[in-house]
Amino acid sequence: MELTLWTYEGPPHVGAMRIASSMKDIHYVLHAPQGDTYADLLFTMIERRGQRPPVTYTTFQARDLGGDTAELVKKNIKEAVERFKPKTLLVGESCTAELIQDQPGALAKGMGFDMPIVNLELPAYSKKENWGASETLYQLTRTLLKEKVSSADKINPLRWREIGRRPKVNILGPSLLGFRCRDDVIEIQRILSEQGIDTNVVAPLGASPDDIARLIDAEINICLYKEIAEASCEWLKRNFGMEYTNTIPIGIKNTIEFINEVHEKLDLPLTNKEELENKSKLPWYSKSVDSNYLTGKRVFIFGDGTHAIAAAKIAKEELGFEVVGLGTYSREMARQVRATAKDLNLEALITNNYLEVEDAMKKAAPELVLGTQMERHSAKRLGIPCSVISTPMHVQDVPARYSPQMGWEGANVIFDDWVHPLMMGLEEHLIDMFKHDFEFVDGHQSHLGHTATNKNNMLNSDEKKEKNCREGIIWTESGRAELTKVPFFVRGKVKSNTEKYAILRGIPEISDETLYDAKAYFS
Amino acid sequence: MSKVEFNKETGPREVFCGLTSIVWLHRRMPDAFFLVVGSRTCAHLIQSAAGVMIFAEPRFGTAILEEKDLAGLADAHEELDRVVNDLIARRPEIKTLFLVGSCPSEVIKLDLATVAEKLNKRFLGQVRFVNYSGSGIETTFTQGEDGALKALIPLMESSNEEKLLLVGTLANNVEDRFKKIFRNLGISNIESFPPRQSTELPKIGKNTKVLLTQPYLSDTVRDLKHRGCEIISAPFPLGIEGSTKWFLAAAKAFKINELKVHEIISPLINRAKLALDSHKEILKGKRLFLLPESQLEISLARFLHNECEMDLIEVGTPYLNKDLMKEEINLLPDNTKIVEGQHVEKQLDRVRESHPDLVVCGMGLANPLEAEGISTKWSIEMVFSPIHGIDQAADLAGLFSKPLRRNQILTSKTLVTH
Repeated sequence: MELTLWTYEGPPHVGAMRIASSMKDIHYVLHAPQGDTYADLLFTMIERRGQRPPVTYTTFQARDLGGDTAELVKKNIKEAVERFKPKTLLVGESCTAELIQDQPGALAKGMGFDMPIVNLELPAYSKKENWGASETLYQLTRTLLKEKVSSADKINPLRWREIGRRPKVNILGPSLLGFRCRDDVIEIQRILSEQGIDTNVVAPLGASPDDIARLIDAEINICLYKEIAEASCEWLKRNFGMEYTNTIPIGIKNTIEFINEVHEKLDLPLTNKEELENKSKLPWYSKSVDSNYLTGKRVFIFGDGTHAIAAAKIAKEELGFEVVGLGTYSREMARQVRATAKDLNLEALITNNYLEVEDAMKKAAPELVLGTQMERHSAKRLGIPCSVISTPMHVQDVPARYSPQMGWEGANVIFDDWVHPLMMGLEEHLIDMFKHDFEFVDGHQSHLGHTATNKNNMLNSDEKKEKNCREGIIWTESGRAELTKVPFFVRGKVKSNTEKYAILRGIPEISDETLYDAKAYFS
Repeated sequence: MSKVEFNKETGPREVFCGLTSIVWLHRRMPDAFFLVVGSRTCAHLIQSAAGVMIFAEPRFGTAILEEKDLAGLADAHEELDRVVNDLIARRPEIKTLFLVGSCPSEVIKLDLATVAEKLNKRFLGQVRFVNYSGSGIETTFTQGEDGALKALIPLMESSNEEKLLLVGTLANNVEDRFKKIFRNLGISNIESFPPRQSTELPKIGKNTKVLLTQPYLSDTVRDLKHRGCEIISAPFPLGIEGSTKWFLAAAKAFKINELKVHEIISPLINRAKLALDSHKEILKGKRLFLLPESQLEISLARFLHNECEMDLIEVGTPYLNKDLMKEEINLLPDNTKIVEGQHVEKQLDRVRESHPDLVVCGMGLANPLEAEGISTKWSIEMVFSPIHGIDQAADLAGLFSKPLRRNQILTSKTLVTH
């Protein structure tokens, strides 16, 4: 039993709903009590969808449990098929139905329908949303393509040349309630098209079962979100020999690497290599003098596996930040996130507990947080600027404007979204210059809306008294005066470092000199 | 009784479960914690319905059952014990802990009553434990509050003191208004249930006169009757008409002259009528379809028809207690179609066929209906907004006129292009 105040991921059947709702001509009969219908609002409210998810809930009640819930399942399946006429039917159960073991999938298969039926067994007491989405896409792909497995030759990724057409790829993984998927797909298709590569199928977003059945018309698969599509890509590779990409095209370097990887897999010569560097403004903006102030900014990263890893790379290599914390709630991606963290000399935080994340954030004393909407709230409480980089989805993560994370435009969006919450370089310089003028309000952060809440890093006079001592250490007048001259956004860190140093050295009183000694010691 | 048409419907439903009521109950009693014993779905439901992220640490959570908890019930009880210990160590300010049953805990027959009993002994004098079920196989949406209140009744001491007991969660400001008005009427001993602090439970007995503020409290009412309380029969205090009759019923129970009631509330009524007018102008003649969710539907239909002159197409309710709703049903216009239960697909067919001007529905259905060109109002807003009483009548009407007014603004051209 796990005490949960808030969870990053929903149950696995919500993952299945994400696949079903992303697609056309599909219906999902979910054996579930009425309360589970809340999940519709994730799609209709958060994503502002104008259509209901294609889901029929059997909504069994306590009084049905004494009778025949299996009949209820069959009645609902029959009605759903008659009403919605799906080309493929998904049948599954939520946590409660799993316990009563009606086996709705088997029941559906015994009802004599012509359409393919996918029996979804998603263990609700051990797995979560992303796993459920991945499993659903995998089972759907397998069901719709398994008959073609034995007859098919392994797909030669170079066959497009013999056939005499442009190479074709599938883009797998984008789904509803995925972070900026809608726009990532457009951006990636644009990039591929510029390189002379056609998109065969995008799935699950916008695909029909017929599209799934023709996935093997493409040469290779683009695995856009590993959380959702890697299992399906792996199955297609094993059974049809379809190669799939490993690089997630978020950030300039990864986008270029992604393009290289696609070209290599297709044996397609890359002709415009030099041009690629100039496709996004990020490299120049990052190099321009104002961005000098970004150097070494301490950034704390937490999100799903795909976006957290990508964010770490961009932060370190493309913006010159210092990554001081990295973690994920995606257990399935823990290995990769740990490896990335190790490269950064960090220990990855793998947890589904947001309070643990908040604690780690506090300890790391970052100047910028890149996280989910929950970290945005935690960061707000700590007075740290934050940009959201990952699901779980919030209505704000479905912006009206085009705003991908992937590709060239994605890099532009990321530069703006990550840098704007910080102070502009020139502005930071000016604030440093004028901060001793009496008109200056300490903690001033111009366009940022959270000036008053900067409690973590600033010390007002009350807190000064209260926090004056740590393990018996006293801040002298000169020490305190010097501390106020330190820019407020690093003041908390300087204070704790100086105290750490004083304890280490057995210094009972911290003077201005101790501050400088500590600074030298830790630099 | 007016000639109201009663129908029952079964089939797939689109209604929240009783767990959702934790969202307003925990706000009403800030010294209580609600621990759902359930699945990740339960946790996800509450956070999705409540927008939990704004809290540092909310006063509700879920003990999520895992595979090993399902294997042996003995272990599950032990595990729950551990979770509760951790929780109380972390939140020592909690005075009452509600153990809330869910669909999975009911199906595996986790005995929360016994768990609560044991915990009560261990934490005697520190924390009180009560249990109830908010499971979706037994309760819908607002019925969760019914379960929570019913669970508190055994903790209420007996007293034969004469008092007026307002039963059902009210917004604090509305509660204060009501108490002031009752005091002006000459009723001085007034208490509320649930109280603002879970430890300040009212004493009840044969001289307790219960006046319901919410229509969804069937079980609570039954248990209060068993304790000797007198239930005052009245419509619910929504709108001017409902509130007036509600005050009159209370006054009658306390043998207060009807004239005095009119004397005190008529200035409020006049003021409220004035405020209601602008909304009535928009709502008048508009056709309304209420989908079942909060059990407030019948009272809302009565208000929107009788005071705002809307036409009622269909009044859905997840559950109908004809006895409790008697006074309300009497006030409905003839031939009102009430549908208890739901077949969501068939009901949506009827919505489309009847071309309503406004549909009251759950959040899952609102945008899809809007996309079809049908204006909607979320029913969940009724349980989160202060809508009770004469002073709030115009605000209540405003909840319904706003979507129509907005629609009007967005579809009309009012500024000339220069």
